[in-house]
Amino acid sequence: MIEIDGLTKTYEATTVVDHVSLTIEKGEICVIVGTSGSGKTTLMRMINRLVEPTAGTVRIDGRDTRDRPAHQLRRQIGYAIQGHGLFPHRTVGQNIGTVPRLLGWEKPRIAARVDELLSLFQLDPALYRDRLPSELSGGQQQRVGVARALAAEPDILLMDEPFGALDPIIRSKAQDDLLAIQKRFGTTIVLVTHDMEEAITLGSKIAVMDKGKLLQYATPAEIIARPATDFVNQLIGTGDRPFRLLSLETVLDHVEPGEAAGDAIDASLSLRDAYAECLWSGRDAIPVEEAGQRIGRVTLSRLTALAARPQ
Amino acid sequence: MAQLLSSPSDLQAARVPRLDKLGIIIAVLVLAAVFFLPFVISRPNRIVAGMALPISGALPALQAIVLYGLIALGSVIGLLRVPSLWRLASSFVVVLSLCLFLGGAANFLTPEGNTVARVSPGAGFWVLVFAFALIAADALVRLRLGPLARIGVLLLVAAAIAAMLWAGVWQNLSILKEYANRGAAFWAEARTHVALAFGSLAVATVIGVPVGILCYRRSSVRAALLPVLNMVQTIPSIALFGLLIAPLAWLAANVPGASAVGISGIGTAPAMIALFAYSLLPIVSNTVIGLDGVDASVKDAARGMGMTDNQVLFGVELPLAFPVILTGIRIVLVQNIGLATIAALIGGGGFGVFVFQGIGQTAMDLVLLGAVPTVALAFVAAVVLDALVELVSPKRVPSA
Ligand SMILES: Nc1ncnc2c1ncn2[C@@H]1O[C@H](COP(=O)(O)OP(=O)(O)O)[C@@H](O)[C@H]1O
Ligand SMILES: [Mg+2]
Repeated sequence: MIEIDGLTKTYEATTVVDHVSLTIEKGEICVIVGTSGSGKTTLMRMINRLVEPTAGTVRIDGRDTRDRPAHQLRRQIGYAIQGHGLFPHRTVGQNIGTVPRLLGWEKPRIAARVDELLSLFQLDPALYRDRLPSELSGGQQQRVGVARALAAEPDILLMDEPFGALDPIIRSKAQDDLLAIQKRFGTTIVLVTHDMEEAITLGSKIAVMDKGKLLQYATPAEIIARPATDFVNQLIGTGDRPFRLLSLETVLDHVEPGEAAGDAIDASLSLRDAYAECLWSGRDAIPVEEAGQRIGRVTLSRLTALAARPQ
Repeated sequence: MAQLLSSPSDLQAARVPRLDKLGIIIAVLVLAAVFFLPFVISRPNRIVAGMALPISGALPALQAIVLYGLIALGSVIGLLRVPSLWRLASSFVVVLSLCLFLGGAANFLTPEGNTVARVSPGAGFWVLVFAFALIAADALVRLRLGPLARIGVLLLVAAAIAAMLWAGVWQNLSILKEYANRGAAFWAEARTHVALAFGSLAVATVIGVPVGILCYRRSSVRAALLPVLNMVQTIPSIALFGLLIAPLAWLAANVPGASAVGISGIGTAPAMIALFAYSLLPIVSNTVIGLDGVDASVKDAARGMGMTDNQVLFGVELPLAFPVILTGIRIVLVQNIGLATIAALIGGGGFGVFVFQGIGQTAMDLVLLGAVPTVALAFVAAVVLDALVELVSPKRVPSA
């Protein structure tokens, strides 16, 4: 659990982060979203003390982060950034092994962990372990960057626009991978982005920042349904609200018994995908299948009701 | 050339090979050197005015014809756009022949048993060597040799020169006659020269890199120090050597023990200090530039993962800045090998001793005995360090 309390950062006369308080529960993905220059990065960097706060405190599992040297704190917290920051003079394996080495792990344990992570990120260890980062594609470099951040099995992972440099298809793949890994390890993730779409896709909680202030801190559904200010509303995009709402749930959550004509869709797709399929194929209902078995249908009228503003 | 034969104009070009631009300039140089400049200067003794002789006057007729032929052939190959390897090989052969025939001319022009007659290379010889060395250098660049291959070529050239020296090809040449009279002094001054150049470099590196790190971390230190070092660089070298004489002489006279450890107004100490002063700026500024140039996201990631400041410095920043720092060391070494010549003016020793003695006695051969090894040393240092810089630089792999 991360408790941020009255956190403030002032550079000379300008206050960049202004009395921000929020609590991130264990195993949550907290996405900090806002326009550029709103103080997202500064807020995140105060958690691992890359930026020292002017005022306020950060507690991790009840312990003040200032009760130990900053470098020791950082070794307990994963850190991944846009443009990955891989060491160009070290191999992929050495890059991933950085924090374990700093923590004094035994060599065989580091080697085993490196291979485990490479496999987890779909990079053949034998093929990639000894390459230099410059010999990888952009998407591969980004995966190695996240693997490196996870190497010492941290409970907390900080990510600053980690997918910002990727093209849309690779980005959505990377987002899916991150969600899968988060589920598997139960890591608490704090992720900074300026993209509301990404925030809604990834976040279990979204923190909206503007001019250093925290405007709203709530679940994606809550933010879409009840934006705290006009600014939050604008950030969501009023024309997209119903679709954003639908994208939060899967077909499986709303499948109902019954038959329908035509091709089936998979239960793991989002309601938004189901809605698009209804409109596109001109059907009022679509059969739903799970692992190849028909399990029921989803109806246009139900989807339309779900897309309406929650009361 | 096969891949060039794709359009009609290329076909024409293949029948009448196009001329190489550098080759044209060099052909003009060669013509001037062959017809208007002396190949050797021959004198009855080392200080009287001599007789300027062209190739035809310096060698037996048959040898002269062979040399003219080789020069003509080398120039034509230099003029044409033939593969670089041919140009390299032909210019190599011509330079080698020039060196061999220079020795031959000295043997031919020196009467048997005469030890006072002097035969020196003339302006024509130097221009010809320069012209064909240019073709060779151009060909080497176009061949894009790797760093190790370049060092290999250097070793080959050094071996060829050593073999010719050992075989006595140039034994009747003036510069070697000067050497014969001064063998012991030559090697003593060579040691001093190398000690001055490398010693000042070593001290400047040991002090300059930490100072560079300090400048990188503290902008106040950088703002105060770099302008001072910049100013030192603008002081003319002779003035700087001279400027140090007075304070050091005062130190030697007034501080007990100072003269015992070798400090005096003239000699090696002020030369060392002056060379050190010139070395500091390139090393400090290249250290700062190299550290500044390390990708900000790499530094941020290093700190964010929990490296201490020293771990970031030694594990990430210095290794990534190293090629730039090494470039600074290369600049300093080549510069100091040249500048160390001036140390002789204040009694510091080195090859400059022969240069300035030679100027004083108007004995050009003695000047050469100091100048030729200095140039050779600087050249070797440049080639070797350039190769090293390339070896330690990150390989350029096209990123996807
Ligand atoms: N070290 C610094 N010194 C002065 N101003 C800074 C510094 N770091 C950030 N800022 C300012 O703080 C504001 C917020 O920056 P940042 O947290 O990076 O915003 P975001 O990540 O939301 O784009 C910006 O206006 C930026 O210029
Ligand atoms: Mg930012």
